[in-house]
Amino acid sequence: MLETLQHMGNLLSLGNFLVLLLGSVGGIFFGAMPGLSPTMAVALLVPFTFYMDATTGLILLGSVYTSAVAGGAITAVLINIPGAPASIATLLDGHPMAKKGEGQQALYIAFVGSLIGGVCGVLALILLTPPLAAFALSFGPSELFWVSVFGITVIAGLSDGRLIKGLFGGVLGMLISCIGYSPMLGEPRFVFHDTLISGIAMVPALIGLFAIPQVLDLAAEVHLQVTKNKYMPKKGVFWPTVRKFREWWKTVVIGNIVGIIIGIIPGAGGQVAGLINYDQARKMSKHPETFGTGEPEGVVASEVSNNATVGAALIPLLTLGVPGSPTAAVLLGGLLIHGLFPGPELFGKHADITYTFIAGMLVAQFFMCGIGLLFARYSHAIMNIPNLIMMASVVILAVIGTYCVQNNMDDVIVMFALGLLMYLGAKAEFPSAPVVLGVILGPIAEESFLRGKMIAETDVGVFSYFFTGGINLLFIALSVGSLAWGLYGEHSRHRKRQNAQAASAAAA
Amino acid sequence: MKKAILFCLVLLLGSVAGVAGAADPYPSSPISLIVAYTPGGATDFQARIVSMPAGEERYFGQPIVIVNKPGAGGMTAWNWCVEKGGKDGYTLVSYNMPHLIAQSIVSKPSFTADSFIPVANWGADPAVLIVPKKSPLKNVKEFVEYAKANPGKVTINGAGLYVGHHIATLQLEKAAGIKLTYIPEKGGTDAFQAVYSNKVMAGFNNLADAFRNTDNLNILAIADTKRHEFLPDVPTFQELGYDIDDASVNYRGYCFVKGVSQEAVDKAIKVAPAMFNDPMVVKKMKESGSPLKVMNNVETQKMFNSQKAKLEVLLKDLVKK
Repeated sequence: MLETLQHMGNLLSLGNFLVLLLGSVGGIFFGAMPGLSPTMAVALLVPFTFYMDATTGLILLGSVYTSAVAGGAITAVLINIPGAPASIATLLDGHPMAKKGEGQQALYIAFVGSLIGGVCGVLALILLTPPLAAFALSFGPSELFWVSVFGITVIAGLSDGRLIKGLFGGVLGMLISCIGYSPMLGEPRFVFHDTLISGIAMVPALIGLFAIPQVLDLAAEVHLQVTKNKYMPKKGVFWPTVRKFREWWKTVVIGNIVGIIIGIIPGAGGQVAGLINYDQARKMSKHPETFGTGEPEGVVASEVSNNATVGAALIPLLTLGVPGSPTAAVLLGGLLIHGLFPGPELFGKHADITYTFIAGMLVAQFFMCGIGLLFARYSHAIMNIPNLIMMASVVILAVIGTYCVQNNMDDVIVMFALGLLMYLGAKAEFPSAPVVLGVILGPIAEESFLRGKMIAETDVGVFSYFFTGGINLLFIALSVGSLAWGLYGEHSRHRKRQNAQAASAAAA
Repeated sequence: MKKAILFCLVLLLGSVAGVAGAADPYPSSPISLIVAYTPGGATDFQARIVSMPAGEERYFGQPIVIVNKPGAGGMTAWNWCVEKGGKDGYTLVSYNMPHLIAQSIVSKPSFTADSFIPVANWGADPAVLIVPKKSPLKNVKEFVEYAKANPGKVTINGAGLYVGHHIATLQLEKAAGIKLTYIPEKGGTDAFQAVYSNKVMAGFNNLADAFRNTDNLNILAIADTKRHEFLPDVPTFQELGYDIDDASVNYRGYCFVKGVSQEAVDKAIKVAPAMFNDPMVVKKMKESGSPLKVMNNVETQKMFNSQKAKLEVLLKDLVKK
């Protein structure tokens, strides 16, 4: 801890300070662009750090990582496309808020939430690295499998009371994620056409499922709405909004815990943390029915925990060379290029660089928040864009974002096809979030199950491999609990609705 | 009259343009390098280092832009290059051996090793046999004896299917007469994590990554024909009496798709090896712990041929019908 504080001074050099500022602004932009995920942003910047000294280069990468995870909230709230995969859960309530004209508040909440989560994640990195690094190593195939099962139980919470349709969507998402070569067996699956040979990547699926139905909906309404609401920047809403965080302390605390744990687990990133915590917040809430209709607490839940993963993902990376998230894996390249190899040396021989980097990550959280809030102040400009222009811009963003993930035109076709399918699905009241959840968690569950099964068969057998061990049992218990709670909630809401209907029928 | 002047002008312009076109030596615009893996992976990372000086006059005189086309273990990119990639000399392809050949043999995609013209090789990363630090197996002899006593019970992992680590596992099984259970992981770092934490009993992994992590694991042997400068104390399998050659060594370099103009090939094979030996490239590769091995096009073609011959024998039983 003290070491980090001592190195805080190094950030005050003009060069480092400018890089920190530039990284934060650039990171928010990268995050807000659909398709330019934090992983992509860091990967594209690693070569630029060749020409910088190690400290400056790492400060740049760290600040971009932090801001890009948070910046995704902008597009999620304002135009209903997750700018970064981590902001999927943000749009569930963020966009409804924007539709009600509360986009500015939603973004204030998102960035203040990101700040809290980000700072807690970095504090975990500073204070708890040795015990948490050991914890990261205890996650093998069986543990990861149960974590993903726990994630899947969230479906009930994302289905808006349409449980069967939500489950159907989840299964569909998992099937979509199976397309392409099986990573474990090398067999092509569902490859009916060459376009599908490399499978359906996550980002094109995300963009297609959220952006295209959105555009088609706008198109369907375009003749109805002649005059659009004119939004003006609101004055004096910042402090009342921030003060509400006191009511949400439970969500914030749980969000940090979820984010830090998911962050250190190799193989699961901010998107999983955001969705899990969103569901927890909904279950703990006294008014779960408001979630999905513009509940600020939903935005808090998602943003706190997805930014808490950032610092936490660096814990196993810096100590063991095991990245806790895909973005951290790319950051490893940024360390290696300067001859910094993860391990004890990083905190001994290169302590100067490492602690300055961590201090930079801490300060970057505040830069990110400041820039984000400034942006939120002017977000009305985007909300005032006429629908026709908005539709065209969203389609252009969607195509560019999809194409640049793998430089593959086939992905663009897949994105449009999925979008059209989801539009028709949404007409029949199928929610889109469970499909996305299936796309994200399907591969993690499948691969870790098959890998675990292969290992178990050489050893203790599949049953005892998956059903013994503290972490396995803990996550099984959490999954069962989450499922039971979810089903109970659905049931009681259903009964309440029926009673209400019966009452109104009786009154009539 | 006006028409005649106009005609002459057009003719003149046309001929100037024609002359300019003919005199413009290759390359006159930036070149793309197709990398078959995600940004930030070892191949991408090294490709970016070695391609950095391309813009200098003495090399290509034009920058090389990295284009990532990940998917299906590399097949997406190589298929694309052969089927749809430009043959104008402005699309370089980065190959990974033995992945490219192994996949062309097993999965029968659109490409084979003969679809490509090697330009130059920049890297060679041998596979090493690693075990967790706490493992009771301290050398290859103990490892093989244990595997003989427990056929199929020894788990060994690597970065995926039909990559160098998988090939090395197949070679070890054959050379020592043992049966192992190979666990394909998502990538090299995932495979390391499973070994550190004792989730699997052993692994084949990149030498470059393993030598940085000797705090957490023991390196038993190298699957190459000679010892490596990074690990002078680690024996090769051949020294220990197991017939495992360099078929699994992960070679990386540039190639073109067949059909590219001779002018482009001539230029690239001349400047690429010199560029890989540029002092700045050598320094950055060394600092990042990436083993550099520069080979010209003739040596690279030889390596292609010998790896192909070896892998065809080794993978005979795995070929998909």
